[in-house]
Amino acid sequence: MTGRRTVVPFGPQHPVLPEPIHLDLVIEDEKVIEAIPSIGYVHRGLEKLVEKKDYKNYVYIAERICGICSFIHSLGYCQGVENIMGVEVPERAHYLRTIWSEYSRMHSHLLWMGLFADAMGFENLFMNCWRIREQVLDMMEETTGGRVIQGSCKVGGVRKDISVAKLKEMSERIEKTKADVEEINHVFFDDSTVIHRTKGIGYLSKDDAYHLGAVGPTARGCGVAIDIRKTGYAAYPELDFEPVVESGGDCYSRCMVRAKEVVQSADLIRQAIEKIPGGDIDVKVKGNPEGEYFSRVEQPRGECIHYLKGNGKKFLVRERVRTPTLTNIPPLVRMLAGCEMADVPVIVLTIDPCIGCAER
Amino acid sequence: MTIEEQLITEITVESLLEEVKTKSDAGYRLVQIGCTRIEDAFEINYSFEKDYRFENLRVTIGEDVRMPSISDIYWGSFIYENEMHDLYGIGVDGMNIDFNGYLFKTSIPHPFRDAPAVTVKKVPKKMDEENKTSGGEE
Amino acid sequence: MGKITFTMSKRILKSLASGPATLRYPHEPAKRYEASRGHIEINIDDCIYCGLCSKNCPADAIEVSKDDRTWEIDRFRCIICNSCVEACPKDCLSTSNVYLEPVFSGPLKDRSVGPEPEPEVKEE
Ligand code: SF4
Ligand code: SF4
Repeated sequence: MTGRRTVVPFGPQHPVLPEPIHLDLVIEDEKVIEAIPSIGYVHRGLEKLVEKKDYKNYVYIAERICGICSFIHSLGYCQGVENIMGVEVPERAHYLRTIWSEYSRMHSHLLWMGLFADAMGFENLFMNCWRIREQVLDMMEETTGGRVIQGSCKVGGVRKDISVAKLKEMSERIEKTKADVEEINHVFFDDSTVIHRTKGIGYLSKDDAYHLGAVGPTARGCGVAIDIRKTGYAAYPELDFEPVVESGGDCYSRCMVRAKEVVQSADLIRQAIEKIPGGDIDVKVKGNPEGEYFSRVEQPRGECIHYLKGNGKKFLVRERVRTPTLTNIPPLVRMLAGCEMADVPVIVLTIDPCIGCAER
Repeated sequence: MTIEEQLITEITVESLLEEVKTKSDAGYRLVQIGCTRIEDAFEINYSFEKDYRFENLRVTIGEDVRMPSISDIYWGSFIYENEMHDLYGIGVDGMNIDFNGYLFKTSIPHPFRDAPAVTVKKVPKKMDEENKTSGGEE
Repeated sequence: MGKITFTMSKRILKSLASGPATLRYPHEPAKRYEASRGHIEINIDDCIYCGLCSKNCPADAIEVSKDDRTWEIDRFRCIICNSCVEACPKDCLSTSNVYLEPVFSGPLKDRSVGPEPEPEVKEE
């Protein structure tokens, strides 16, 4: 005998959601049968602005697509323009870009870990994650001048250099941050509260993850080893790392992937600081872009694509941004089918939804 | 300096489903579907990836052509197809989840449909007045 | 499980010893570093009203008028990106690391009026 079906609207305003996404949950008793997502509350039309801003100034808009992965968006955009125009970026700029990208990743993952702890009702852990995140934000502000919006990437290189003394200090401080993160990670991995709320919940199989187009930690938590950093942009080909993969496919695995990636990022920063060469940080860019390019970068949330098309004028014809959250929505819908109503907030959070990003 | 080779294959609307099926059988994942307005046509890129090999299928269609949905092959494609419909006003037939234009709630219908307008550089004085009245937007 | 309790209690003891991690803003001033981007300042005496800063501004926040000898910035529009500072040929713009006080309503425009031009010396 089946129970009566009810539709429960979830969002767009919900305590656990930092941003507006709406889900219509079709439930039977306490079980979710189907979830229908809908977005569109924060569509800003940033892609269209590319037709009004000159391609060098658009970097500032690209950066504002998302407040969390801001640096990596500007990197993706600049990389696209540089590829169209055949600009060779100096090595040092590549390394600086890598360092800042990894700082953004740490900052984003720590933010997420805090929110996730909060969604489980573990307030203390939430505050501790954010306390550590502050160290990362301080490093960003000291080196770029901005806590969240760095504004340090430009077409042809970077806008700010980091002195040798500062780099040395950074590598010492990153070790301390890493130690702090490792301490907190223990709690995420072994605490019974966390395990109880996450293990076996929101399961997604490896095949589903791959075919529904999951990216980033959502995919890697299901055992799909996709990490765009491996395609070798910026200075990543010279650094030694392997994508973090977990095979559980549940909320616990996705959480593990992110927690481990924070430590990995700290490690990458240390490596980059050791290897960074001297030299210029930017080159002069002349002329206008003509051609098209799909620029792919790995954001904290997964693969992000900036598709750029120029026709030899100052204004680009098209910039299409496909952000990781957008493509993680179909997998989310699949995960939600069959879960308990009370687990919905936790599951929604495990894809690290960034709706502002998804809608641009 | 090219990080990744750009592989773009031009195909026709009729052969789209067939080509996508081939990709799916070969084990590619759907990366994105994106649309570009060029003069009096639309260019639609279907991107796929397998083992870091990034490939694109490109369909160029006129203004009033309807597209077939590939959601039978890639279940997750509904999100891009609805986006294409909502922002560009391109009709898509046979989507598994059809939002009927309510995925993106935009104030003007199909905001990206028109070709780029002539651009004005300087913000007119009026803008400031508007900001004042509608305040708190930022 | 025992290990966890220990991790958290170690943390609690550390926090007790070190005091709060947050600042009591606005009673204490906000953190800032040398590189922090607070707001844009102008040394109007050196300005030649070429308008390059305004052309390079991605937010269209600057208005320069050569005839009136004024340079005006809309603080609400400005995103403190530093482009104008890089573009200025006379280096009369600078980014200060002091954040401006919060305000309740706009617009917040700062207008600087330059000195009168020196009377041109006519060659006899
Ligand atoms: S660029 Fe410098 S000199 Fe030129 S108008 Fe602006 S502030 Fe004045
Ligand atoms: S800092 Fe940037 S936004 Fe502000 S006035 Fe200068 S160029 Fe414009």
